[in-house]
Amino acid sequence: MKNDITRPRFEFYGKGMPGVDLSELQGRLIVIEGPDGVGRSTQVAMLKPWLESNGHAVLDTGMTRSALAGKGIKQAKQGFTLAPVSLTLFYATDFADRLENQMIPALRAGFIVLTDRYIYSLIARAIVRGMDRDWIKSAYGLALKPDAVFYLRPNVTDLIPRVLAKPVGFDYWESGMDMHLGIDRFDSFVEYQTRMLAVFDSMVEEYGFDVIDASQQIDPIYRALQRRIGRLLRGA
Amino acid sequence: MQMFGDHKFPGKLFIVEGIDGSGKSTQLSLLQQWLRREGYMVFFSEWNSSPLVKETTRRGKRKQMLTPTTFSLIHATDLADRIERHILPPLKAGAIVLADRYIYTAFARDVTRGVSPDWVRELYRFAVKPTIAFYFRVPLEVSLKRILGARAGLKYYEAGLDIGLTADVEESFKLFQGMISDMYEEMVNEFGLTVIDATRSIEEQQDEVRALVEREIADVPKSPVTYMEFEED
Repeated sequence: MKNDITRPRFEFYGKGMPGVDLSELQGRLIVIEGPDGVGRSTQVAMLKPWLESNGHAVLDTGMTRSALAGKGIKQAKQGFTLAPVSLTLFYATDFADRLENQMIPALRAGFIVLTDRYIYSLIARAIVRGMDRDWIKSAYGLALKPDAVFYLRPNVTDLIPRVLAKPVGFDYWESGMDMHLGIDRFDSFVEYQTRMLAVFDSMVEEYGFDVIDASQQIDPIYRALQRRIGRLLRGA
Repeated sequence: MQMFGDHKFPGKLFIVEGIDGSGKSTQLSLLQQWLRREGYMVFFSEWNSSPLVKETTRRGKRKQMLTPTTFSLIHATDLADRIERHILPPLKAGAIVLADRYIYTAFARDVTRGVSPDWVRELYRFAVKPTIAFYFRVPLEVSLKRILGARAGLKYYEAGLDIGLTADVEESFKLFQGMISDMYEEMVNEFGLTVIDATRSIEEQQDEVRALVEREIADVPKSPVTYMEFEED
């Protein structure tokens, strides 16, 4: 399959989007997924210089950083004013903008795109908030299928010390406070993240996640990612 | 997730569609005044007006950052916000909700821009099905004469310049409007749009619209709001 030049390396999950010629896309799309506080950004920050030192050009990207919608979403979250369907679609707008304006151009140029979260976190947030699975899946049919999705899988109890290590502590959104699940942020966080993990787990097979045990320390997780990414890049 | 295909709320939703210059907004405004005078609770919602999303849309348009996909998604975000905030609660309260443009505007524009028709229809599945969707049908030449006579400058996305049909603004607008008009025609049967012949006089059209609306609102309770007059002044 590696030498099959007639078939594009990439494909869309569903209907895709206009204006993208899949045959132009080179590069690699690698996703690090997992819940809040699992250490995704720490891993991305370590993987990027490692890949670069091995001669790969790397674009690292994350959620709500799009030029178009990033600012609007931050404002919306500040005021807690968006209802679930609109917030879900605002995230989708942000994602599409980053896919079209950051990830796809980088793939065209042969970069490794290393993304901290992809559609799966957004789908999980939507499902946990009662959105219809088929509906959200169809909406994200605009996304490219990545080369690999590494799912950092912790236990909820592993997340708590990491969350408390940050100055904000239990963040309003990471605790799912908009869902009124518990009397305080701790109760709500535990219930919300438990539900999020259950949805992530339910996506493992459907989306072919490569599961990495994230109850381990940073180093063993990093080495597991290095081994898998190394294998991917060698085409093994 | 609740999909509001055929809603069971006590209120009613009437929406108007049509190309720019079809006179739909004039008709909706006349309908609104009549319903108010008759003593109904009336709530009006306009396309692309959610305060929170509008700022993003405005920036995207001004800087020409919007692709067909993000153009589609940001307008879906806007409608979702308005439905959750401005359309559903009044419908539950038994009000008559009037919307200037609705999902059919998105289908027509987005598909013209190359977005998948199936994808965009599925995207808007959260929307409440209107009691009546009026489509103001007007020949392209008539609407163009109304629009191009009245306006100073056409905007980039409004003229469909983003799809690169031609660099000439007015020519692009004409082509784009023609394509959108074709899309509306295709949707008449698909969605059971109620066609209003918009070449007739404003009064004739309004009479027909009121007669059609009247048949649907027999069960809607009237709740005259006496202090309304002061608020509006």
